[in-house]
Amino acid sequence: MENKTLTELTVELKSKKISSSELTKYYLEKIKKYDPRLNSFITLTEEFALKKASQIDTEISKGNFKPLSGIPIAQKDIFCTKGVRTTCGSKMLSNFISPYDATVIRKLNEAGTVMIGKTNMDEFAMGSSNETSYFGTVKNPWDLERVPGGSSGGSAACVSAGLAPCATGTDTGGSIRQPASLTGICGLKPTYGRVSRYGMIAFASSLDQAGVFAKTAEDCALLLTHMSGYDEQDSTSSRESVPNYLQECKAEFKGMKIGIPKEFLEGLDHDVHLIFDEAVKQLEKVNCKIVEISLKSSKLGVSAYQVVAPAECSSNLSRYDGVRFGHRTKDAENIIELYKKSRSEGFGDEVKRRILVGTYALSAGYYDAYYIKAQKIRSLISREFKEAFDKVDLIIGPTTPDVAFKLGEKLNDPIAMYLSDIFTVSTNLAGLPAISIPMGMKKNLPTGLQIIGGHFQESKLLSLAHEFQKMTDWHLQKPDNQKWI
Amino acid sequence: MDKETVSKIANLANIELDDSKVNEVVNNLEKILKLVDEMNSVDTSNLNPMSHPLNLKQELRDDIVLEPNQRELFQENSPNSHDGYYIVPKIID
Repeated sequence: MENKTLTELTVELKSKKISSSELTKYYLEKIKKYDPRLNSFITLTEEFALKKASQIDTEISKGNFKPLSGIPIAQKDIFCTKGVRTTCGSKMLSNFISPYDATVIRKLNEAGTVMIGKTNMDEFAMGSSNETSYFGTVKNPWDLERVPGGSSGGSAACVSAGLAPCATGTDTGGSIRQPASLTGICGLKPTYGRVSRYGMIAFASSLDQAGVFAKTAEDCALLLTHMSGYDEQDSTSSRESVPNYLQECKAEFKGMKIGIPKEFLEGLDHDVHLIFDEAVKQLEKVNCKIVEISLKSSKLGVSAYQVVAPAECSSNLSRYDGVRFGHRTKDAENIIELYKKSRSEGFGDEVKRRILVGTYALSAGYYDAYYIKAQKIRSLISREFKEAFDKVDLIIGPTTPDVAFKLGEKLNDPIAMYLSDIFTVSTNLAGLPAISIPMGMKKNLPTGLQIIGGHFQESKLLSLAHEFQKMTDWHLQKPDNQKWI
Repeated sequence: MDKETVSKIANLANIELDDSKVNEVVNNLEKILKLVDEMNSVDTSNLNPMSHPLNLKQELRDDIVLEPNQRELFQENSPNSHDGYYIVPKIID
């Protein structure tokens, strides 16, 4: 069952070859069997899922079929889900029951998906290894001693291990693409504003964007079609019309001009470089013209990101005060102590670190030197991308400088951790869409190919990803779950 | 970055730091600021700051009530509320 694409599953559901209840039970059983070692879920929504699956089956028997009717999906625990605990990987929200659904959740529910659980993540999406979660580290299904990447590590790990056919994620600096790369699946970060941020717990509002994980580019295209669109509840969502991404990604491929930024090949692991070169050769076979380009300022992406993201996070996370919702200290004599103790007990070390950096960057006397300077670097990075897209259709490179690192390896070295996002952050600063797809294995560990497009060029990058997957079978490789039970 | 600055910003952010962790925090923030300072390697005097990737204008709508009042529902998540009020320690002596 798990080797089938979402498109194939919807065909089988529609023709009643399988029922949504059967499919949902199949995945729930797999989660119970394998997830105790993986820890990819924070909350399993079994009762909710079985009830919804049974309703969908009744609907299907009446001939009412929606585009994703009966498809099980894992939701990152950053999305508010009505009546279901929504923790954002933090002690701060460990008891928070959302009173409403995020727009992403509502749209996917309306399209017929069945939520099977909420996935583990770095606390408030701040991390690249899933080690900052209050609910414990997620393991990489390819090697349980390695990280799955982050922050959407739970979503990536569960799809990679076949515990869910697809999952949602969010990407502020690489949080979909980096874990997709390290776990050997596809992860799509759409253009900023393509998908509504309403009900998606805020980290850095000018960078945050929701996206998806699946096994194939086609599946990503199908899901994106049903998540996207303008939303009155999010004034930064875009009014750009939503095409049928699935149809567009499968349309006849006529070749493209593709740029490789030389900066994306610097500091790259030797084996990953060789794997990338092989991937490029595949693309040349299908009439892709490859040219070298330069994105000189992309090297400054991590520096600018480490100002913009903490600054926005320090503002966004000021709402957690222990008064209206979230963790409250048991031991406060006055209101200031209530704020301070609730926040200090509720947030983990990495979240506190970023709040401090952000508060510093925004404080009197430093605002121009840090925040304004970072926004100017952002303009520069954005302009270089724009100039590049005047010459090429898409930009490619490896998603990460190396394969998954060992658990604990970078946990006490924030700079090393931040630099693992070096190839992904620039696209967030410029608001561009990008996908990571499997491109080869280094010693039984996956590597990812990143494809970046201009604003709202999702169809183009999905089309190239789909073409690559027609020629290769890296996306079909699976970790051996039997090894770890 | 020094201990005094760190305690000042921690105070602004309403965060308490364990004495045992202050040195580590100072050390890490120093490293982060060093990384951030790489931004100064380029001249940006002719550039405008970019606050939003799509240069969108803030959307406005008519000032009419769209959502029903759901105070009770929202207060179910409150650590301590009573009769529609949030209960906190005494603010004025």
